[in-house]
Amino acid sequence: MRYIRPLSIEDAVGQLAGSAGISAILAGGSDLLVRMKGGFVEPDLIVDIKSIAGLSDIRETADGFSIGAAVPCAVLGENAALKKSWPGVVEAAKLIGSKQVQGRCTITGNLCNASPAADSVPALVAAGAKAVIAGPSGKRTIAVEAVPTAPGKTSLAKGEIIEAILLDKRSPRSGDAYLRFIPRTEMDIAVVSAGVNLTIDEHGVVTAARVALGAAAPTVLLVEEAAEALIGRKLDEAALERLAKVCAGACRPIDDKRGTIEFRRKVAGVLARRAATTAYARAGGK
Amino acid sequence: MAGIAVSTTINGDNIEYLCQPDETLLDVLRDRLGLTGAKEGCGTGDCGACSVILDDRLVCSCLVLGAEAEGRRIETVEGMAHGDQLHTLQQKFLEHAALQCGICTPGFLIAAKDLLAKNPDPTEEEIRFGLAGNLCRCTGYDKIVRAVQDAAIVMKGA
Repeated sequence: MRYIRPLSIEDAVGQLAGSAGISAILAGGSDLLVRMKGGFVEPDLIVDIKSIAGLSDIRETADGFSIGAAVPCAVLGENAALKKSWPGVVEAAKLIGSKQVQGRCTITGNLCNASPAADSVPALVAAGAKAVIAGPSGKRTIAVEAVPTAPGKTSLAKGEIIEAILLDKRSPRSGDAYLRFIPRTEMDIAVVSAGVNLTIDEHGVVTAARVALGAAAPTVLLVEEAAEALIGRKLDEAALERLAKVCAGACRPIDDKRGTIEFRRKVAGVLARRAATTAYARAGGK
Repeated sequence: MAGIAVSTTINGDNIEYLCQPDETLLDVLRDRLGLTGAKEGCGTGDCGACSVILDDRLVCSCLVLGAEAEGRRIETVEGMAHGDQLHTLQQKFLEHAALQCGICTPGFLIAAKDLLAKNPDPTEEEIRFGLAGNLCRCTGYDKIVRAVQDAAIVMKGA
């Protein structure tokens, strides 16, 4: 096993692209080291990306925010501007693990670990976040929902690294929220979860919305029909009822000891409803 | 076998060591440097017994590679007392009997130190949430929370 700490993204990409055998990207390590410890992966090469310039920074740009791939979730929670613009994304990121894990774990790692139950991912999908990918043939930017393809699998090719997650500049009267169900009060993995992001006009009518569900299918689901249930309406009982019904119907969950299919469907609807209500209030809707 | 040469700061001292690429910081602290305060409970970041402070962030040393410590600053439980003078948190843990078997104690002490450094006047709820990454199978947590509350009062007055 080799451990390297490149100083540039080009070097990191080159090392990954040129490596034979299994390679792994290390940012916070809160998934990678656990998988190594358990014997699930034995990388031949570990590429620590934390010394690459810019990857540990949150930048506020004219277009919004760029969150470097090595920024720990704890740092997201300490960024007042990000919290104000994207409270749903930050609250989701802050739900991952303990204080100890928060100091290390990243939203990019959460995305690339490709767990259907990843807490930050439904919030990022609802937010319309994008991933900036550096690779052997240059850079490309894709929607975050295009990154995970199946549990533990991503669409990233050999040599590709996500260097940042982009969040748009906020339109006025916008809000987002994320909720998950766990049987404990904290330190657990979502049984099912929902992220909602919406924008309203001056009359409180929803003009844009995105709804995403976690732990409800092999990958995080973007439920377009759920967004349609909200757009063009105020967030009245009928809209919420329709939202819950559509979300429950969109789920393709597994049946396991943590939750039955029936339970997950029902709770997905309830959480979507509650997250929409919070997002609406954050957008200034009454 | 050669290893990766690492130069780091531990409890204020400049330390150099060689480690293997798959060795965790916890392994390095315990097996190479003889700093056995940090304990291996689970080895997967769930129990917090291996907690250390890395550049002002509380982390599980079992989820950090030894090689990652290059150029960084580490605080372990061994750095809390000054000679025979216990840190206030250590003193309060004794007074409140906030430990039984003791395996989780170094992790709790470091986590509580980090908590009070960032929030000198925490509510009980903040203490409980702040220490949720540390598991204890003996005390039922109440005595630990009381000890931290008491330490916070003393440390604020200091």
